[in-house]
Amino acid sequence: MNGNRTAYSVVEPSHITKRIAGSIVVAYAMLTLIPLVWIVLTAIKSPPDSISYPPKVIPWVHFEPTIEGFCNLFTTRSRQTPEYLATLPPARGICESQARAKNMVVVSESKYIPRFLNSVIIAFGSTALAVFLGTLAAYGFSRFRVPLKDDLLFFILSTRMMPPIAVAIPIYLMYRELGLQDTRIGMILLYTSVNVSLAVWLLKGFIDEIPREYEEAAMIDGYTRLQAFRKVVLPQAATGIAATAIFCMIFAWNEYAFAVLLTSGDAQTAPPFIPIIIGEGGQDWPAVAAGTTLFLIPILVFTVLLRKHLLRGITFGAVRK
Amino acid sequence: MARINVTNLHKSFGSFTAVKNSTFTVDDGDFFCLLGPSGCGKTTTLRMIAGLELPTSGEIRLAGEDVTFKPASQRDIAFVFQLFALYPHMNVRQNIAYPLKNIGMAAGEIDRRIAEAARTLRIAHLLERAVNGLSSGDRQRVALGRAIVREPAAFMMDEPLGALDAEFRHIMCGELRALHNRLKATTVYVTHDQLEAMSMGDKIAVMNEGVIEQSGSPQEIYDRPASMFVADFIGSPPMNFLSFGGSLVKGGREIAIGIGRQRVPELRVDMPAADYVLGVRPEHVQISESGPIRGEVFGSEYLGTTQIVTINTAEGQVRARLSSDVSLRAGDRLGLEFRPEKLSIFARATGRAIPTALHDGGHR
Repeated sequence: MNGNRTAYSVVEPSHITKRIAGSIVVAYAMLTLIPLVWIVLTAIKSPPDSISYPPKVIPWVHFEPTIEGFCNLFTTRSRQTPEYLATLPPARGICESQARAKNMVVVSESKYIPRFLNSVIIAFGSTALAVFLGTLAAYGFSRFRVPLKDDLLFFILSTRMMPPIAVAIPIYLMYRELGLQDTRIGMILLYTSVNVSLAVWLLKGFIDEIPREYEEAAMIDGYTRLQAFRKVVLPQAATGIAATAIFCMIFAWNEYAFAVLLTSGDAQTAPPFIPIIIGEGGQDWPAVAAGTTLFLIPILVFTVLLRKHLLRGITFGAVRK
Repeated sequence: MARINVTNLHKSFGSFTAVKNSTFTVDDGDFFCLLGPSGCGKTTTLRMIAGLELPTSGEIRLAGEDVTFKPASQRDIAFVFQLFALYPHMNVRQNIAYPLKNIGMAAGEIDRRIAEAARTLRIAHLLERAVNGLSSGDRQRVALGRAIVREPAAFMMDEPLGALDAEFRHIMCGELRALHNRLKATTVYVTHDQLEAMSMGDKIAVMNEGVIEQSGSPQEIYDRPASMFVADFIGSPPMNFLSFGGSLVKGGREIAIGIGRQRVPELRVDMPAADYVLGVRPEHVQISESGPIRGEVFGSEYLGTTQIVTINTAEGQVRARLSSDVSLRAGDRLGLEFRPEKLSIFARATGRAIPTALHDGGHR
């Protein structure tokens, strides 16, 4: 170093290269973040602000933030005559006051919270199930002489070769026959079946990387195979399991097409519900944006919690020596 | 401590047979080496004794008890792996304590045993370290520690020094043997390195293609190889093979080879006319103008006090270990004869040794 460089390193990038690469990464990250920022900003605008032109960008400068979008998301309201409103007791709560100001009353809570809970239950349920089954199957494929192993693995992979929506109609008919239509368990099973192939393949890679000697040593040390699996293999595979869980979670959380097709009421998830908000009395963009913003939070939290595993995970065990 | 009896052990993986009808006994307190080239079935044999692999047929007895199909956890055996297999999420002390915790041993006793093992293996200063930072030699010491704290009936070692560099392997070789002398525990040691086997083993079994070609003391195996494979595998340079033909007569003490006759250990059987092979260790080759074999010097390797001289003959290439004083140059023509009492004779077709006085020690 010390400025008097004698030779260029072939492997180590120079300072300038590093800086340029860094700037590109930052610029790209900002670019991809713009839609997210816009959604969050829209969520705290009033409906007129949300569609004004030129757009209002900076809160407290260009527009006054409001929680109207969230109120509209969580409630259903109806318009009343001023005479009727005058007969009512004073408004309770912010949302009620905001509605009164527009000659409306809050009629009931909206379906957003139950739909959101459906999403949580279905996404976590199917992720847990897919990862559980995937781990066991991957361990079996990795460690035992399974007859027709290669064919079975290819079969498992082949379920991913066409877009799942291509079998939407058969699945719809099957679900109607079986009474699984519009049930949480039905959606959990569906997402699990889609995810489990991904889980098996990802996890098999991770488990293959764990030397068998660890389990064998544990078995010699007095453990049964199941105990060795739990105490030795699982901790070693934690990174892979976490990465797999995130991939499964993201799929199940975001899935839209099957949710639209197979759920309409009790088991409806948030993705098909959020667009419905648009239709209720004018295009209420702040309410949609508020719904989307809240919808982003769980996956964000989940990913942040598991992020230290994710980076190692998506390099597919290349880090392990 | 225990004796291990292996009877007609057989193991197939699909159409591939890894171990064929192996029978051997490891005596109580013996250091028993399974020696052979890679893929010869020695590791599979070891894993079957440990219970990590189940045999296709056969029987394994540990201290008289039939353990053939018992799970590894129920056999009182410790296993040392080539790649150490230390649990990476535990430190050295936890690794060594692990098998003891599994059987619910009292904490005080665990500490006592760890301290003792650490002293024996000289790793006391490493006990609180993470295993990832250790050198390969120290890792193997820790793996040995994990094995010896259990005080098992027998130790299985699968090329435990294979992952170490040459210099360290030599040191550990000595340490392992010293450890064995102290513990006197029955040990089965798998290696492909004849020097390890020769220097450490009380008994060696040489395996090839799933078959135990010969088992015996290192000296027995070196001096009286039962087959050409063993003769070729053991020794550096290996035994020389010289072709000759004709019939062999029981009681005969000479064979016709080259342009003359060579005295050999007294033959114990009659053999029909066929192709035979005379086996000669390099150190038993002597230069003699009256010898039956004529050859031409091809080259020599200087080794200090001795030199290995390669001589091309009509019967095959001969490598001779000669004193460095002898001055020979490539192209020199000379005659060779061999120390009669040390010679082996093999049937070319089967590769097996022909019984002679060499085998019963009856040479006069």
